[in-house]
Amino acid sequence: MRGSRAGRLLAVLLATVWLVIVLAPLYYMILASFRTQGTYLTSNPWVPSGGLSTSSYGTVFSAGLGRYLVNSVILTVACIVLTVTISLGAAFRIVRRTSRAASASFVVMLFGLAIPIQAIIVPIYVLIYKMHLYDTLIALVLTLSAAAIPVSVLIMVSFVRDIPRELISAMLVDGGTEWTVFRQLIWPLSRPVLATLAIYNGLNVWNNFLLPLVLTQSPNVSVLPLGMTKLEGMYSINVPAVMAGVLVSVLPLLVLFVLMRRQVMTSLGGVVAR
Amino acid sequence: MTAPSVQGVRTTPAAAQPFGRGGGRARRRGHRLADLAGVGPPMVLFCLFIVVPMIVAVALSFVRWNGLGAPQWAGASNWAQFFRDPVAHTSLVVTLKVVVLSYVVQTPISLALGLFTAGRQRYRAVYAALFVLPLLMSTAGISLMWESLLDPNFGALTSLAKSWHAAFLQQNWLGDPSLTLYVVIAIIAWQFIPFHTLLYQVGRRQIPQVLYEAATLDGAGRMATFLRITLPQLRYTVVTSGILMVVGSLTYFDIIYIMTNGGPGLTTRVLSLDMYNAAFQQDQYGYASVLAVLLGVIGIAVAVGLVRFSGFTSMGSQQEGAA
Repeated sequence: MRGSRAGRLLAVLLATVWLVIVLAPLYYMILASFRTQGTYLTSNPWVPSGGLSTSSYGTVFSAGLGRYLVNSVILTVACIVLTVTISLGAAFRIVRRTSRAASASFVVMLFGLAIPIQAIIVPIYVLIYKMHLYDTLIALVLTLSAAAIPVSVLIMVSFVRDIPRELISAMLVDGGTEWTVFRQLIWPLSRPVLATLAIYNGLNVWNNFLLPLVLTQSPNVSVLPLGMTKLEGMYSINVPAVMAGVLVSVLPLLVLFVLMRRQVMTSLGGVVAR
Repeated sequence: MTAPSVQGVRTTPAAAQPFGRGGGRARRRGHRLADLAGVGPPMVLFCLFIVVPMIVAVALSFVRWNGLGAPQWAGASNWAQFFRDPVAHTSLVVTLKVVVLSYVVQTPISLALGLFTAGRQRYRAVYAALFVLPLLMSTAGISLMWESLLDPNFGALTSLAKSWHAAFLQQNWLGDPSLTLYVVIAIIAWQFIPFHTLLYQVGRRQIPQVLYEAATLDGAGRMATFLRITLPQLRYTVVTSGILMVVGSLTYFDIIYIMTNGGPGLTTRVLSLDMYNAAFQQDQYGYASVLAVLLGVIGIAVAVGLVRFSGFTSMGSQQEGAA
């Protein structure tokens, strides 16, 4: 941006203040996770001295964090695969406009953008209970995928719409079927937007709290966000253990972020800004 | 957001036209099968878990049901209960406070940070990347982190208060009735400002540079450029971000449930927490559904209102025209 030197300096200064606000709690959390219960109480929480240890990580894993981690991975992967494939298929049919029903269902799905999940959580719970799916990972896969459909279909439609129609016509004239068009043209061309959506939906599923809270109960199907609060219940006075649990749950996302920062940032901001 | 896409579908008719091959009927049947295979699965999932629950929520608001046995018709008594319930009135006020304050706090900060990170300088990309970090954390994680940070006995702020001799940092942040709501709103802002910053960053980068060059040639100052170019060009980002902020904070649940559970007293008791308690603590599914329907209706009304009020729908045709 242009402007006076003083103005620019002020901007950097204010941005740095926000940076401190963002980073200080994270720094505190990392440091606290490497204390023991004893050293946490006695040492300055901002200074990395006075004996660091990794024992809290051992504590949380023996308390079942590994199980939660596995559940979260299964849930997230299942939801990503399910939403991304079926949304792309739907987007293809919606863009092809071969029937009124396809366009109509698009309009219906768009209404879903306005429905907060909190407003329908009670019937969802009742429904899952009646389907004998209460306290299963399948309940979470189905409901979280359903919740992700409106955004996913919307993004996919706006992407597939930009694929030149001539390509589709040419394939059909050459004797291709709708299925070959989908498999050999739409699917490969959509890879980048699939990745974007996978990250966006994946983050939402990984971090969702309300649905696991309402639809599951036992530790063996708990996912990380819910499991963490259970850890807190068990170790309310063991702050290092709780912080270690939180860090383990962000670690996979952090690794993803470091490996593909640009992609993650477009996923988060770009999906909605489009 | 809905309108441009619906229009977009209508304005791309060519793909649907026949491609000059015979066998119309067989072809149409093939299309119908393909549509069923493509649109069917997401529609089934969506209808079963979103549309049906929506209808059921409205229906449940007119029955008395504790989750066991058969629901009993209750007429409008659940709704009457809402109008008599002093706790619900308090939660409504608290919810509105959360919505308004979240908007007032988050919008200017996100806008400023978004414009800052939209700059092409290398160091700004580093800032932008670090700003994103809270977005990677779950609300549960954020809650637990702040809970221990703000602990009045061993928390990190208390320790700062001691070493800096800054008594104002030593507070019962999550237990003082006059403070807690604002602390919660601040933590919500900490969680969501990164997302809205990204929105503004993307929005700012889409503004054509020519506009700024023209403004410079005309001798426009920093403030004039911001008011005459940046802000008007960002109006759709402002609306999108505003809708997400308002609807999001209207139904905000996680941090409040984990950190304060509505307390101290009723100071952080929001509608969604009220609804959760009515359903899953007190087994009053009918009354809980009243609160749920209210949340949904207010949310949709606010979203539609903001879209209308801002003339957001006209963007669709502009974009289509340009594309």
